[in-house]
Order: sequence, then C-alpha cells, then structure tokens
Amino acid sequence: MIITCPFCGPRDSSEFVYREEGGRTRPDPASTDQAAWNAYVYERVNTAGDHEEIWQHSGGCRSHLRVLRNTVTHKILDVTLARETGKAEKPA
Amino acid sequence: MVDQLSPLTPVLRSGRYARDDHSVGVTLAEVQPGSIVQLSAWPGQQAGILAAIREVMGLFVPGGAGSGVATETKSAFGFAPGKFLVSDQEEGFSVAFADAVGPDAGTVTDLSHGRTVIRIAGPKAEWVLAKFFAVDFSEPALAVGSGISTVHHDIFAQIQRTGADQFDVYVFRSFARSFWNSLRHASEEVGYEVE
Ligand SMILES: [Zn+2]
Repeated sequence: MIITCPFCGPRDSSEFVYREEGGRTRPDPASTDQAAWNAYVYERVNTAGDHEEIWQHSGGCRSHLRVLRNTVTHKILDVTLARETGKAEKPA
Repeated sequence: MVDQLSPLTPVLRSGRYARDDHSVGVTLAEVQPGSIVQLSAWPGQQAGILAAIREVMGLFVPGGAGSGVATETKSAFGFAPGKFLVSDQEEGFSVAFADAVGPDAGTVTDLSHGRTVIRIAGPKAEWVLAKFFAVDFSEPALAVGSGISTVHHDIFAQIQRTGADQFDVYVFRSFARSFWNSLRHASEEVGYEVE
C-alpha cells in the first residue's frame, strides 16, 4: 500500500505508523473529572467508514499526519500535515 | 588537521570488482565531509534558516519540499518540514551556524561525527539503490540537489541526488560498515568499482 505524505510524496506504508484516532480533545490536564478522563483514554468511536486518524511518517520526514481513511475499504482519502491545524482536522 | 577516522576502514578496499565482461555499473566511495549539520526551524522560521545557509555556505536552497543544492564540496537539502541537512568538506560549520541561527529561529545540531556519507555513482546507481529503498529514484521524482528521508529495514537514512547519476547516502556511523557491505553485495550484479 502506498501513502502519499504531503512532504515526502508517495511512500510505502511500512514507513508510517498509526498513532491514534483523530478529532479527540484531551481534558484539561488539571481536571480530576474521572468520567472525562475515562472517556478520553478508553472510549473510541469505532467508525465503519471514513475515519479521522493521526499517523506519523516515522520512516521519513517524521511529521505527524492527519489521515482520512475508510475503515471498511482501507482506502486513504486524504493526508495533510497535522501541524497545519494542531489536531486531526483538515485545514480550512 | 587531524586525520579523520572512518568506520569503513576495515572493509573499504579500493579496486575494480567488474562483471565477467569487465564492465562496472556503479562506483562506490566514502565522502568525508568535515561538517555535517542539521538545522531545524521553529514553526514559521524557515526563511531565517534558509538565510543562514546562504550567509554561511553561499548556497541558495529554494525551500520547497526536499529541495536542495550540491556543489563539489558543499551540500544542503530539506529532509522534513523546516529541517535541513548541510555538509561541507571543511570542519567547523556547526560553530558558524550556531552564530548565524539565533535561538528565535531554530536549532543547530552537529552530526559531523554521527553520520557516514557513502556516494554511489554511475549508470546503474538508481537500479542498485532501488534494491534498498522503496522510493522513486527517477530524475523527475528526485531532481539533482533534492534530498529525502527514508528507511532501510527500519534504519533511518537520508539520500541526496548530487548528480544526474550520483547519490550521497547519509547513514548512522554505527550502521555504516554493515550498509557498505550490503551495498557491495547489491552492486555485484552490475559490477562496481571502489574509489
Ligand atoms: Zn513524510
């Protein structure tokens, strides 16, 4: 499988690592709200379809990437640098 | 100047290792830059790093993804967003860059003792490198002067195209001897010469 890094261009998928589900907001580090932390650490959307994800091009430019991947077909629909928004969202 | 030591010394043996028809497809050599320096820009500060490369080395790097430039004795290329690898045959460039790159612009990391640079040149250079790296080495995809970061069996490497059929491969120094031996084996098919 080939993934196109916005910086490096098309590369073999073995150069990339999956990091986490995207689009998640970490609770305030000072928060002691157990339910909020439990939700953040353990709960996943488990989408069947287009899914926002954070990957890293660890075997290349080492950038964190926002990847839109279809979890049913595994087709990668869009890749942008996560640093452009600071989260797993497509830049405006 | 003190002589540089090379991790390749025990295995680098000059000579022609040609095919049966006496042809050689690639030439292998160690380039021994006196300075290898990594420059990383803080977000939004890339222009300052490019200006420092121009000021210290006299090299103009356009700044697009992977763009770079190479001369007989100097090279510079981008290998990640805002990050550049520069090398020069002369020693001491990390000091010059530490002066030229202010703390507001980014960081300067001296890698002169941490990397070994292996040059592969010749009509079969793309062919041999393609045995190691899952990257398109054709000239439209990787222009002269441009560089990339990639991996060989999970071990990091940086590669700059320094000529139409010439590439400089930057590997970790502790990995250099192993990589050199692999490169020789991969080059046997096309015949090779060690400078
Ligand atoms: Zn990349």
